[in-house]
Amino acid sequence: MSTDFTWLIGGPQGSGVESGANIFSKVCAQMGYQIFGKREFYSNIKGEHSYFTVRVSDEKIHSNVNDVDLMVSFDAETIFRHFDEISSNGGIIYDSELENTDTDRVRTLDGPFKERLHNLLESKNKPFTIAGVLEVAKEKGVKLYPVSFKSLLETLSEEVDNPRLRGLVRMYNVLGVSLSLGLIKMPSNSLVDSIDDIFSKKPKIAEINKQAATFSYKYSSTNFENFDHTLTGVEKQLDTILVQGHFGCSLGKMVSGCRFQSYYPITPASDESVYLESNEILEIENDRPGSTIVVQTEDEISAIGMMIGAALTGTRSSTSTSGPGFALMTEALGWAGINEVAVVITLYQRSGPSTGLPTRHGQDDLLFTVFAGCGDFPKIVYASGDIEESFYDTGNCFNYADKYQIPVIHMMDKFLSSSVVTCKKFNPKKISIDRGKLLDKIEGEYKRFALTDDGISPRSKLGMDNGVFWNTGDESDEYGHITEDPQVRIKMMDKRMSRLDLALETIPVSDQAVPFEIHDYTIISWGSTKGPILDAQSMLKKEGIDIGFVQIKLLHPFPTEYVKSLLKNAKVLIDIEANHSGQLGKIFKQNITRDIDYHILKYTGRGITSTELYDSLKKIVENKAEKREVLSHGA
Amino acid sequence: MALKLADYKTDVHNDWCPGCGDFGIVNALQMALAEMGIERDKATIFSGIGCSGKTSHFINTYGVHTLHGRVLTFAQGGKLANPDMTVVAVGGDGDGLGIGAGHFVAAGRRNIDMTYIIFDNGVYGLTKGQASPTLKLGEQTKSLPSPNTNSNVNPIGLAVASGFTFVARGYSYDVRHLKDLIVKAVKHKGLSFLDVLQPCPTYNDVNTRDWYAGVDQAKESMERHSRIYKLEDTKFDPTVNYAGEVEVNEKLSQALVKSLEWGDKIPTGVFYQNELVSPFSTRLTDKIPNYLENPPAKQIISDSGLPNTDISKILDSLNV
Repeated sequence: MSTDFTWLIGGPQGSGVESGANIFSKVCAQMGYQIFGKREFYSNIKGEHSYFTVRVSDEKIHSNVNDVDLMVSFDAETIFRHFDEISSNGGIIYDSELENTDTDRVRTLDGPFKERLHNLLESKNKPFTIAGVLEVAKEKGVKLYPVSFKSLLETLSEEVDNPRLRGLVRMYNVLGVSLSLGLIKMPSNSLVDSIDDIFSKKPKIAEINKQAATFSYKYSSTNFENFDHTLTGVEKQLDTILVQGHFGCSLGKMVSGCRFQSYYPITPASDESVYLESNEILEIENDRPGSTIVVQTEDEISAIGMMIGAALTGTRSSTSTSGPGFALMTEALGWAGINEVAVVITLYQRSGPSTGLPTRHGQDDLLFTVFAGCGDFPKIVYASGDIEESFYDTGNCFNYADKYQIPVIHMMDKFLSSSVVTCKKFNPKKISIDRGKLLDKIEGEYKRFALTDDGISPRSKLGMDNGVFWNTGDESDEYGHITEDPQVRIKMMDKRMSRLDLALETIPVSDQAVPFEIHDYTIISWGSTKGPILDAQSMLKKEGIDIGFVQIKLLHPFPTEYVKSLLKNAKVLIDIEANHSGQLGKIFKQNITRDIDYHILKYTGRGITSTELYDSLKKIVENKAEKREVLSHGA
Repeated sequence: MALKLADYKTDVHNDWCPGCGDFGIVNALQMALAEMGIERDKATIFSGIGCSGKTSHFINTYGVHTLHGRVLTFAQGGKLANPDMTVVAVGGDGDGLGIGAGHFVAAGRRNIDMTYIIFDNGVYGLTKGQASPTLKLGEQTKSLPSPNTNSNVNPIGLAVASGFTFVARGYSYDVRHLKDLIVKAVKHKGLSFLDVLQPCPTYNDVNTRDWYAGVDQAKESMERHSRIYKLEDTKFDPTVNYAGEVEVNEKLSQALVKSLEWGDKIPTGVFYQNELVSPFSTRLTDKIPNYLENPPAKQIISDSGLPNTDISKILDSLNV
C-alpha cells in the first residue's frame, strides 16, 4: 500500500516550529520517503501563529494536499486554526493542559477568524474552547491523543535526574515531533541522528533534546493506540537530497560563477543572500579558493547599482529581491538595458500590492516584471517551476545574460522559497558556462557598442587592457558617448531590441516551455504552480481523466510560435495562477490571440494545493465550473 | 611611454556653458591622472546625472555615466569587483546630497578605497536653475520665483559625520590647488570626499566667481580680498595620527566647526584625514584572505565551458 501522509506542526512564531519540522522532515527523508514541506508564517518575530505542513510519500510528490493526517500542537491557536483540516481517520496530539482554553484567551486569533469559528461552534452547539473544537473533530472520526507536555517534562527530568529540564518550554517542539514519530511507528534511530545534525553546533543542547526525544517517542509508542497510519520506512532512493527553497538559486549561483551579489533585506528573498555569504569562500577545482562578495546595501536602488557596477568589470553579478524591492530597481534596470549589461535579478515574488501580504505567497508580479522600466529595452523574464529546476535555470539565466548582453529576471516566489523538499541531487556538470562575446584581450581600436550582424557587440570590461569604453543612460554612439542623432537612434534601438528575436531563435525550445502531455483540456501555467498541477494531473489520470499541461518558462520574450504549436490540438485552455487577474492569461492572449476558457486563481497568499486543483479541474471537465474558479484553502 | 595630459582628453564636444566652473574640475582631474601616471585602462570615472554627469565622456579613461543620485552605488560595485582599478566618482550637489544622500551616508560607513567629487554650485543647472541642497536658506538665485525656503546641507560636515576618512574642499578656479587635492584624495587609503565650489555662471547669480573673489568686499582697496583661503596656510592640522579616541574626536570636531565657516571667509584644503580606519578591502580580507589577489573580476569560473566550482561538500551535507 502506498504512503501519502501529511503532518502538521504549529505554534507561536519563535517556538521552534521550523526546527521541529526540519527534524521531522529529515527523519522521514532518511527513512526513504519523499518530502514536500511548506512553512506559513506572519510578518512578525514572536508570538503570531506559524505552522509547517510536511507531506510524506513513497512516491515523488510535488505539492501539499488539503487534508492533514496528524497534527501536533503545543499551543491552543494551532488547534483552533487547524482542527478542521484533519482527515476523518487522522489524529491530533495536543497538550491536555489546554482543554479549557477558550478563544478569548488566545489574543492572536483575529476577529474575522474568530467570528467564523464561533459560527461553526454555535451551529454544532459546542463551547468556544479547545474541548469544543476537539469534540467537533472527534465526531468526524479524528482520534485525539492528549498529553500534558508539562508533566512529560517533569517525569523526564526525574528519570534522568536533571531538574533543568522541568520548565524547558523551548523543547515542546522536540516533544511534539517525537510523540508524532512514536505514534506512526517510525523507527527511532534516525530521530537521534537528525537531532545531532540539526544541533551540530550546540552539543549540549543536542544532548538534552535527544533525551527528551527518546523519552517522548517511547511515551507515545506505548501509550497512544489505534492510529491508522504507520510509516516504517521504505527503500531509499539513491542521490536524494533534502533542500530548502533558496538552495536551488544559491547553489546555482555558486556553480554558475556568480561572484558578486548585492541585496537589501526583504522577505522572502534574503535567505538566499545570507546563505551565499555563509558560503562566501568557494572551492575551485585545481585552483586557489574563489569567493562571492555579498554586500548588504542601504536600499534596493543601491543593490542594483552595485550589481551593475560589478557586472561592468566582467564579473557575473546578481541581486535577489521581492516585488517592492524590484519596484525600486526599475530605473536602473533600464540603464542595464540600454547599456547592454549582463545581470541576473532573482525575484522571489510575494503577495502585493505595496507591502501586501509580506510573508505570503503570490505570483502577482508577472505583468509588472515583463513591463518593468521606462522606455523600450530588451530583457529576459524566466520562471522556474520547482527548486530542482531553479538550480539549472540559474545557470541558464547567467548564460542568457552574457550571450544576449541583457538583464535577466529569474522569477521565483514564496511558495518555492519556503518549501522543504526531497529531490534528485543537483548535478553541477549539467550547467554550462557560456560568456558569449566577452573578450579575453583587445588590440586596436575598440567600440563597445559596435554595430554587428547579430546585434551583439564584443564586450570589454572595466580595467581591461586597451578596452576603454563609455557607458551612459543617454542614447549613445558605438563608443558609448551621448548622441541625439535620429539615425544613430534608429540603429541603436534596432540593435538592442533585435536580441529578443535572437533569444527566441537560439534558446532551445525545451527551455522555453515544457509540455506535460497535451489533451483536449490543457492547462497553461508558469512558476511554482507546476507542483500542484502535476499532482492534480496524476490524481485525475488515475480516474481516467486526461488533462494536459504546458509550463511556460520563458515569459519574455514570449515563445509565441512554440506555445501555439504545442497547443494546436488542445480544445479547452485552462490558465492556473496565484494572482487575481490571470496575468499569464493576459500575456498569452496578447501574443497568441486565443481566448483562455477557464481561469483557476488563488490570491489568499497561501499556496495552491493539489486537492483544490483536482476539485476545480474535475468541475471543468464535468462542465460544472465557473469561468473563473477562485481557490481559498489554507489558514 | 609616459602619458601626457592630452592623452586623458577625449574629442567629445564639451557643451558646458562658457565660463562654467566645471571646466576647472575636469582639467584638474585630467592633470591629476597624468601626474599620477595612471594608465587610461586602469581608471574608471563614474558620473551622476546633470551637467557634471557628462564629465566621464570628456576623460579618456573608462567612463560610466550612471543615474541621477546613484553614482556611488555603481562606483562601489565596480571597485569591489575589481579593486585594482582607480575609481573616481563625480556628480553635482543635487545628485549626491539630494536624491543620492542616502548613498552618500552609506558609502561613508563602508570606507571603500575610492574618491568622490561633488561639483557644488547650489543650483540644478540642467533643469534650469532650481535650488539645490547646498543653497542657503533665504537666498534667491536667478530662476527662483521666491527665496529658498530650505536650509542647506553641509557637505563637509555630512561627510565627516558619515565616516568618510578624507574630507576636503577645493575651488574650481584654483585648478592647481584642486589638482593637488585630487591627487591626495586618490592616494588616500579609504573613501575620500572632495567638495568643489563651482560657480554656475548661468543660474547662480549669488555665489558667482566675483563673489568668491570678494569683489564686493574689495571696494577701492588693492589688498587681497578673496573669500577663499587655504587651510594649509593656517595652523589647521587635519590628520589623525594615533587613532586614539581623544585625538579622533578632536579632529572630527574641528573639521565640523571649520565646515560651518562661510561668508566672508571660506576655507578650502583638507578638513579631515584618517587612514587608521580600516578600508573596506581589509574588512573583506579579514574573512576572505585572498580577496585582493583573486577578486571577483579576476576569478576563473569555468574550464572548457563547464563550471569549476566544487560544491560537492555542500551537496553531500544535504544527502539523505
